[in-house]
Amino acid sequence: MNPTLRMASLLRIFVVVLTAACLTPPAARAQLQIQITSGVNNPVPIAIVPFAEAPTDGTDVAAVVQHDLVGSGRFSELPRDKMPATPTSAADVRFADWKAAGSDYVVVGQVVPVAGGQLAVDFNLLNDLTGQSIARQRFVGSTSALRNAAHRVSDVIYQAITGIRGAFATRIAYIAVVGEGADERFQLVVADADGYNQHLILESRFPLMSPAWSPDGQWLSYVSFENHLSAVYVQRVLTGERTRVSMRAGINGAPAWSPDGKKLALTLSGSSGHPEIYVLDLATQHLTRITDSPSINTEANWSPDGRSIYFTSDRAGEPQIYRCAATPGSNPERITFTDEYNAGPHVSPDGKLLAMVTRDDSGSYRIAVQNLVTGDFRVLTPGRLDQSPSFAPNGATIMYAARPGRAEAGILATISVDGLTGLSLKPTQGEVRDPAWGPFIQ
Amino acid sequence: MYRRIAVLMLLAGCLGLAACASHKPKPSAEQQQSSSENGAGANSEGAAGGANASGGPFGNQNSIAGPQAGMLAKRTIYFDFDSAVIKGDGTDIVSAHARYLSDHTDARVRLEGNTDERGSPEYNIGLGMRRAQAVRQALLLQGASAAQITVVSYGAEHPVDPAHNEDAWAKNRRVDIVYLAPNGQPTQPPQ
Repeated sequence: MNPTLRMASLLRIFVVVLTAACLTPPAARAQLQIQITSGVNNPVPIAIVPFAEAPTDGTDVAAVVQHDLVGSGRFSELPRDKMPATPTSAADVRFADWKAAGSDYVVVGQVVPVAGGQLAVDFNLLNDLTGQSIARQRFVGSTSALRNAAHRVSDVIYQAITGIRGAFATRIAYIAVVGEGADERFQLVVADADGYNQHLILESRFPLMSPAWSPDGQWLSYVSFENHLSAVYVQRVLTGERTRVSMRAGINGAPAWSPDGKKLALTLSGSSGHPEIYVLDLATQHLTRITDSPSINTEANWSPDGRSIYFTSDRAGEPQIYRCAATPGSNPERITFTDEYNAGPHVSPDGKLLAMVTRDDSGSYRIAVQNLVTGDFRVLTPGRLDQSPSFAPNGATIMYAARPGRAEAGILATISVDGLTGLSLKPTQGEVRDPAWGPFIQ
Repeated sequence: MYRRIAVLMLLAGCLGLAACASHKPKPSAEQQQSSSENGAGANSEGAAGGANASGGPFGNQNSIAGPQAGMLAKRTIYFDFDSAVIKGDGTDIVSAHARYLSDHTDARVRLEGNTDERGSPEYNIGLGMRRAQAVRQALLLQGASAAQITVVSYGAEHPVDPAHNEDAWAKNRRVDIVYLAPNGQPTQPPQ
């Protein structure tokens, strides 16, 4: 089977614009630090042999795959200087040598030019112990989409070995703040999940907040203060076309797309003076009020079946997470009971786990997950100023905003749901926050 | 000042503004903001004497220096952690401005509610609004009229002190009173 790489529309435009405009050579890369906090007990040892490369933009496909797999915490790599050979196809692999080097799996591959000026990335995942090919695929795309092809390779390998769908070939949105004083700028940025290939979607001299992806990955909704008051916008990522969906008196905030993409949950405070959850039907513009409590009700997050909304409310005194029906008239059910502060709910794609910001007894703000079936509550991150958790579309990892030390700039970080593996993405300048992990790219 | 929307490419992940500006979708008509230069008077934060870390266009649009006599020069009410209760100095500051608003029916203010950076950002928007509403209520009770007051919450997004310690947090938990150019008309909430 030779599936053609169907690039995300964003990448397609990226390619078109690249060829039309000046090509700046890669400058300083975003600093990436892999910090594996403890790692799983028995990571799978894998050897990813450098691919035979066609002349390209310098992307080392095998290195990208290795970074993805090792960064997941579930794999350990065989360093290149320990590799017994550099085969690029299965026929050249002497399995005994790789077993002796300690690898359970070997990945070999090639990047070859094909018709239309494109490149094909071929790879073969081989089980050292059995000598069998576990997975073998070809991805075709443009020269500038090689990193994306590498992430697709990682996804296939990850799923073949762990059984979990990979989320390496996905995108994130986040807010960056650069400059100071009169030069301070707020940016809405879309990038690959590993922080590369950043695209500036919007820039403003006023705060931007709360980016939220539409389920099809084509739109972002967000909050902007460009009018000196808050307003909620939706913007098509590909074209920049944007529409203001709400600038009512008071708060306009916390947009969240329904799983069917037809509705937007919003926080509005206009008529009552305190923030309530509303649902806006995007086609009819009909607005329905969902909550009714003289308290702060905000941060709506839809259940995967679209029938419920998780949200933050301090109706009981301090913020806790509640769940109500996505239609009016239901009595919200309180979900969190651990600690005195739980906010910013984000439910996992399978609906079983709820990520949140929790404040512990020492005053540290950390990311926690609660099992919605068993009630089990587990704090995953060290804190002390963590916020804005967002699940990867495969539910295996949570991205969040962190501030590693009091004097340091805000960064993005990820933590595996088992709490064992963490990575951080540090910007080269300014600071970053408010991550939103995009959906699978079909 | 709001810039045109642009889809720029930042090659190789440098987070600074980069590289080639290419495809620029035309901006939607509503986005044009006038210059932030305000010849009509000082930035309100400057009038209060507080350091304004952003120093930028916040509060400048339509803002004026407003009254400066005595307590009226103070424009910031501070709050305890997690609290929207007006305390200490804040009570006197609010009273002074309530009296001024009551005596000058053309005067207009925008109350800007803020929090420190800790915790969940949108919940902080709610908390900032709660503080701004508390000041609004106190002004109304002491003679101001609803038409004179608009409220906005910036949550944790507009700190005056960007440091990450208790001192900075205490300075950021605040409501700023910003005087706006009087227009002789009741303040209309935007649609």
